[in-house]
Amino acid sequence: MSKHSTGAAQLPEYVHDLKQSDVRALNQALHDLDPAAPVTHWKVLNAAGDHALAVGIDANANVEIMGHVGYYCAGMNKHATVTIHGNAATGLAENIMSGVVRLKGSASQSAAATGRGGLVVIEGNAAARCGISMKGVDIVVQGSVGHMSGFMAQRGRLVVCGDAGHALGDSLYEAQIYVRGKVEDLGADCIEKEMREEHVKELQALLDKAGIAADAREFRRYGSARKLYNFNIDHADAY
Amino acid sequence: MCGIVGLYLKDSALNARLGELFEPMLIEMTQRGPDSSGFAVYRNPAPEGEIKAVLQHPDLAFDWAWLAAKLMDRFKVDVDFKRVHSHCLVVLAAKEVGLRAEISALVPEVNVVSVGRYIEIYKEVGLPEEVAAFFDLKAMGGTHAIGHTRMATESAVTTAGSHPFSTGSDLCLVHNGSLSNHNRLRRNLERYGAVFRTENDTEVAANYFDWKLQQGLSLEDALYAGIEDLDGFYTFCIGRSDGFAVLRDPIACKPAVMAETEQWVAMASEYRALAHLPGVESARLWEPEPATVYVWEGHKAAGTYRRPLQRAS
Repeated sequence: MSKHSTGAAQLPEYVHDLKQSDVRALNQALHDLDPAAPVTHWKVLNAAGDHALAVGIDANANVEIMGHVGYYCAGMNKHATVTIHGNAATGLAENIMSGVVRLKGSASQSAAATGRGGLVVIEGNAAARCGISMKGVDIVVQGSVGHMSGFMAQRGRLVVCGDAGHALGDSLYEAQIYVRGKVEDLGADCIEKEMREEHVKELQALLDKAGIAADAREFRRYGSARKLYNFNIDHADAY
Repeated sequence: MCGIVGLYLKDSALNARLGELFEPMLIEMTQRGPDSSGFAVYRNPAPEGEIKAVLQHPDLAFDWAWLAAKLMDRFKVDVDFKRVHSHCLVVLAAKEVGLRAEISALVPEVNVVSVGRYIEIYKEVGLPEEVAAFFDLKAMGGTHAIGHTRMATESAVTTAGSHPFSTGSDLCLVHNGSLSNHNRLRRNLERYGAVFRTENDTEVAANYFDWKLQQGLSLEDALYAGIEDLDGFYTFCIGRSDGFAVLRDPIACKPAVMAETEQWVAMASEYRALAHLPGVESARLWEPEPATVYVWEGHKAAGTYRRPLQRAS
């Protein structure tokens, strides 16, 4: 780890080269940050598919990761902004609490799974199960998402600028799903809903916040039919 | 878990370096499968009319010269043989069925690991690094290689239970996942004459694809048939004499990443196994789609054979 003073006007930048030092040292340094301290800037070099990078940050850090990342990158993130200049494997920003995770490439399965807050922006595509069991996170995908995305989604918004795969929003609760392209098919209890002016407004604000150039009016809205919330006595014979 | 890797060299200038490029891929997947490891290398085709077989005996001191002499006597042909750790490569003019029968009659403990004109499979119990060193993988040249690091879940940790599995004819299979209908499928395939040497589910899949190919199906048709008939989780990498193929099940829980440059095509369970390959920074990188067959065959353009999935309505 080296600390560079990049001039009086700028904040110091920490550079962590994964060819020189390991993931544990990086994560420990990020965990040692004081949550009340002003923002610090970090650059992580030579990621090469390592797992669990920048996991569990609870501070105002701005972390840039150069290269492709492995499993669970930026998981449980709180307050920090993590930008990945590459692709991500399974479980990007899993259980994110707050802050922003931005992926310049594409994500493998279960991106932003169980996320409770914050924003996850995926500039490429996301594979299967994007936003599975999300509980308040906002996810904006510039490309397409794979099958079973938004499965059992409870709260938050999943925005897909491209297409969505098989069984979108299966068994979802109160999460909102917006898709601009084609939906292969909808999962159980997921239905298309009217796109009212209030939805156009909130979606446009989210797209702008995510820095994704798209017109909210081109999207369709999907949500829960709320038919799986309670046991239906007519189905008693099935057991 | 389990880790799988495959490397196919499009640029023949790299052929001499196959083992050197492939060994780090296998070793990088140690965390996914530390109990045993194996690989298939496609190289040095046997002369027309002859076959190459890789044999294995649990005793490192086994007298392969004795076996070679017996085979020479039985088939009345020259037999080239070369001991490689616990394995032995033999080349002779014989038919696969006859060779298997003869070996099993002479020394039932000898396991026929691979048979074909191009394929050589080497596999052993131990860390991938140790297994690669047993067979001096990094010195091997060739056109392509398929490898596996195993974390056993459903059958014993033995040399015979390690991957790749080959049923002959230069075909081999490595598998990350588990099949749930392999017992019934094994019984069905036995009815058509398949012979099984282990209780392993992947051996059933290898025999299934071999059976489909024997029926005249193309490799991609055989793999699409597998989506219908194989129940369970899988990412497969399948090697053949002139190429390799990748298939993931429709649920696609088991990971896979692919990369392609002008010089090579590679697949791995995780990107980190590819991170050292020359030119990977500018490679086309993607995650193979569920229920989609990807095939590379010698001199043919790289291709994806995608068909709409049949869904139960």
